[in-house]
Amino acid sequence: MSSRTPSFFDEMRAPDGSVRPAYQQLAHWLDTVPKDVLDYRRKEAEFIFRRIGITFAVYGDAASTERLIPFDIIPRILNRGEWQKLSRGLEQRVKALNAYLHDAYNKREILRAGIVPEELIFGNPVFRPEMNGQQVPHNIYVMIAGIDVVRVDPDNFYVLEDNARVPSGVSYMLENREIMLRLFPELFIDHPVAPVENYADDLLATLKSVAPLTSSGDPTVVLMTPGIYNSAYYEHSFLADKLGCELVEGRDMFVKGDMLYMRTTEGPKRVDVIYRRVDDDFIDPLVFRPDSMLGVPGLMSVYQAGNVTLANAVGTGIADDKAVYSYMPDIIKFYLGEEPILKNVETYRCREPDQLKYVLENIDKLVVKEVHGSGGYGMLIGPAADKKTIEAFAAKVKAAPDGFIAQPTLALSTCPTFVEEGIAPRHVDLRPFVLTGRDKVRIVPGGLTRVALSKGSLVVNSSQGGGTKDTWVLDR
Amino acid sequence: MLSRTASNLYWLSRYVERAECLARILDATYRLSALPQGYGSETNEWDSAIATAGSVISFKENYKEANERTVTEWLAFSPENPASIRNCLEIARTNARSVRTALTGEMWDAINSAWHELHRYDPKRITREEFTRFLNFVMETSVRFDGTSFRTMLRNDAYWFSRLGFLVERADATARILDVKYHVLLPREAQVGGPLDYFQWASILRSVSARTSYHWVYRDSVKPWLVADLLILNRQMPRSLASCYENINRYLDDLAQFYGRQGQAQRLARATASRLENGRMEDIFQSGLHEFITQFLIDNNRVGNAIGDQYLI
Amino acid sequence: MRIRIAHETVYRYDTPATRAIQILRLTPRNHDGQYVVRWRVEVSEDCRVEPREDSFGNLTHTFTVDGPISELSVRVAGEIETQDTHGIVRGTREKFPASFYLRQTDLTTPDKAIADWANEISDGGRRGALDTLHAMQSHIYSNFKFDVEATAPSTTAQQAFANQHGVCQDYAHIFCSAARYLKIPARYVGGYFLRGDGVVHTESGHAWTEAFLPDLGWIAFDPANGICATEAHVRVATGLDYLGAAPVRGTRYGGLGEAMDVKVSVDQASRQSQQ
Repeated sequence: MSSRTPSFFDEMRAPDGSVRPAYQQLAHWLDTVPKDVLDYRRKEAEFIFRRIGITFAVYGDAASTERLIPFDIIPRILNRGEWQKLSRGLEQRVKALNAYLHDAYNKREILRAGIVPEELIFGNPVFRPEMNGQQVPHNIYVMIAGIDVVRVDPDNFYVLEDNARVPSGVSYMLENREIMLRLFPELFIDHPVAPVENYADDLLATLKSVAPLTSSGDPTVVLMTPGIYNSAYYEHSFLADKLGCELVEGRDMFVKGDMLYMRTTEGPKRVDVIYRRVDDDFIDPLVFRPDSMLGVPGLMSVYQAGNVTLANAVGTGIADDKAVYSYMPDIIKFYLGEEPILKNVETYRCREPDQLKYVLENIDKLVVKEVHGSGGYGMLIGPAADKKTIEAFAAKVKAAPDGFIAQPTLALSTCPTFVEEGIAPRHVDLRPFVLTGRDKVRIVPGGLTRVALSKGSLVVNSSQGGGTKDTWVLDR
Repeated sequence: MLSRTASNLYWLSRYVERAECLARILDATYRLSALPQGYGSETNEWDSAIATAGSVISFKENYKEANERTVTEWLAFSPENPASIRNCLEIARTNARSVRTALTGEMWDAINSAWHELHRYDPKRITREEFTRFLNFVMETSVRFDGTSFRTMLRNDAYWFSRLGFLVERADATARILDVKYHVLLPREAQVGGPLDYFQWASILRSVSARTSYHWVYRDSVKPWLVADLLILNRQMPRSLASCYENINRYLDDLAQFYGRQGQAQRLARATASRLENGRMEDIFQSGLHEFITQFLIDNNRVGNAIGDQYLI
Repeated sequence: MRIRIAHETVYRYDTPATRAIQILRLTPRNHDGQYVVRWRVEVSEDCRVEPREDSFGNLTHTFTVDGPISELSVRVAGEIETQDTHGIVRGTREKFPASFYLRQTDLTTPDKAIADWANEISDGGRRGALDTLHAMQSHIYSNFKFDVEATAPSTTAQQAFANQHGVCQDYAHIFCSAARYLKIPARYVGGYFLRGDGVVHTESGHAWTEAFLPDLGWIAFDPANGICATEAHVRVATGLDYLGAAPVRGTRYGGLGEAMDVKVSVDQASRQSQQ
């Protein structure tokens, strides 16, 4: 592992200072364009973002419930070869996630084969007993996946995290490209950038392909949102608009005789497919949290009767938490009989006593994460933390080791980024979006590049001050 | 279209229109109260403003006396008043966010930037001059929102619901102004043309921005029965009850045709519209202006409820 | 023993509800020592009642009713033939391995007080599991105060344990919480109980628990009565907690001023027919 190497892989420049082929034109342009032009365009971008209302909410931040995610105007570039390898790996990964989910909720052969421990499934709080033996159309559980990957060297992508519940961020991928096309049309003349704007069409095709077998004719697809106070509400309305489908809340729908309907100005209309951006816990108060106001009472009955498809399926959380992550290479081998194309970060499971011992002894060098945490919360970055923080966290781990995993700090690659001091390298990750339909898997070339804006920071989450970049896959 | 979407569009327009009406009432009240003693009427103009805004009871729960400070605070900024200008614009934006996809970019922009602008006014430190700017800003917001919807929206159910909300609110506002001021419009031998009422009539016209229109239509000095005619029966006048109902009828017909069925909303609106179409000012004065207005407010409310029951829930 | 059961819930609304939906877990199934002679589910309004089996193997009935609804009644009734099995539950429909029932839920998650109590009763693990379970059952039975007012359906095991007050549902949650804490699979059981004191009419059903021991299988413990289940227990639904086995989960739209009236009668069939 490269955790102790001081230098990071720079996506634009090789260690000798020469510019990598994909970045040739961009580097030249960055050298020639005056800084005040960049400054001006950045302000323009911010102005546009604010005007169109592309905001997100930060929970627990009472002062401003709507905030902009900073946008960096320097794109991140991948060449065709890099992308092809990456997308093959993504497809393989998502296939394995789906196979695992189907098995975990049906025959559980993977338990019998001794590949994963029983607690990983039954002991997982997001295992949904309600899904046990439940058939989902075409055995697809994860129609929309967001797989977080990072680079550490020219040849390898590591998966940092699988997001198989309600991955967000795709609106930024699309809006970032729009902004770039508007602000820097000249750059697109020199760069054959693969388009991403067909994402919405791909998503709609994917969603229609998984319609229930009982739906007749052209299936009605809706996007279900928790409402305007949700942090990703902008994205929900943006996607509904692009999909040309209704943006519904739980209260817009009702169940009657094992069918799901939405209330329209022309009376009730049947709903076939829900692209839901509401967590499992909240979608049906008669089955999950009884106090939920965001769901539809009886929705699960319709689902169980096979009269509506939920995308993603209920209960996919058992495939994407940090505990199952460490088993992913074995899961891929077990279901697909293939070697994983994308690497897994070496992971210590604190549930296993010898690994716990190692973690506690080396905690100052490791990143320790809560198994069920997300968004960069509930984690310790050993090398960046002070002694007191480390001790407090170690005590938490000791008290409930099952809830934690640890990983070496990863040398995330850097990309040139326009910050206060000028153009400087900043750490990035990438979240490509993988769509799985009945007919095929669709991956739009690119994804959401997140960038840690403060110097040396490895936390790219928008909730913790990260920004985004447009991601270019060059068609050459 | 989702019923909630239709509902949000309808109420979005209603709240924007309501904010504008409140701004106009405040504007007219300021003018009237600025007149030297003896030119206005014996009544407290600030009381009338509260009555016109329809919030007498809740106002009295919060304040002892109606004066410039309390009425301005209550109608323009008070968070306690669910229908203060500030709350109207807040609710309008919340509605707009929920139906972001049913709005055109321009409409969203009009509401969203107004919302940002709104937060620049600090009610605690506002001067009279700033307050005048504030009222202008509110009126301009409404015009801008209305203009962008007119210019950019597809002519389909979304547009019609948005129009209906605006028109039902507008009819309500005009009727309320008449309801509170009807007594100064009644023909009374003694004071007709007297200086006392002249400013009241002018003020009514101002509160519906109809001073210039009045002169174009009647080419006459301000006379109370003509003011009443302009605001009730004159179909040229966009804020008149007759004009509002002519259009409410039209958009409800468009909806009925679009959806291939009609209901209570259409029936009630037609009845109200024909009463206005066939009405004559003499008859209205004879059988009682006050009674006529009161009945209209009830009818208009019924139409609003019928639209709600038929489409919005 | 033949037990005759009738359980009726009537909902009344001051202003009619526009729609209602309910999922009922009110139908017992057969297993060793329990035979359903006859059983009916009746809903007062016209609607289709969809039977289904849930993830725990319970029989459910789902229905939706269009308004206006001023009154809605749901009635189940039937006769069950039971035999005493000394608390041992066999021949049930099992959809998960027993270890699944080690999961805690929001209602059963133990706090330090429950954990300490479990450790004390099990003597730090030195006491045998069956003994421990019996001791837990008697402890709850002897020390907790039955109090309908003290709790609600959303009361957690932690809250009920701190109060030392509660109803059968709370006892079952505490029992499951502690058993699972001690790595003994345990589950919540909802059903009916023929009282020994001759009281036939009550306002609710009954709840108890089942715990799993590798050599015996599932054993039913009834902490509210301080006994293992007998022929007086009619087992209807199981789950990880009350929410999973709830007799009714439902909602209504509109309808203000709801008044709910529940009548449960559990009696020996022969005795009743003589009257």
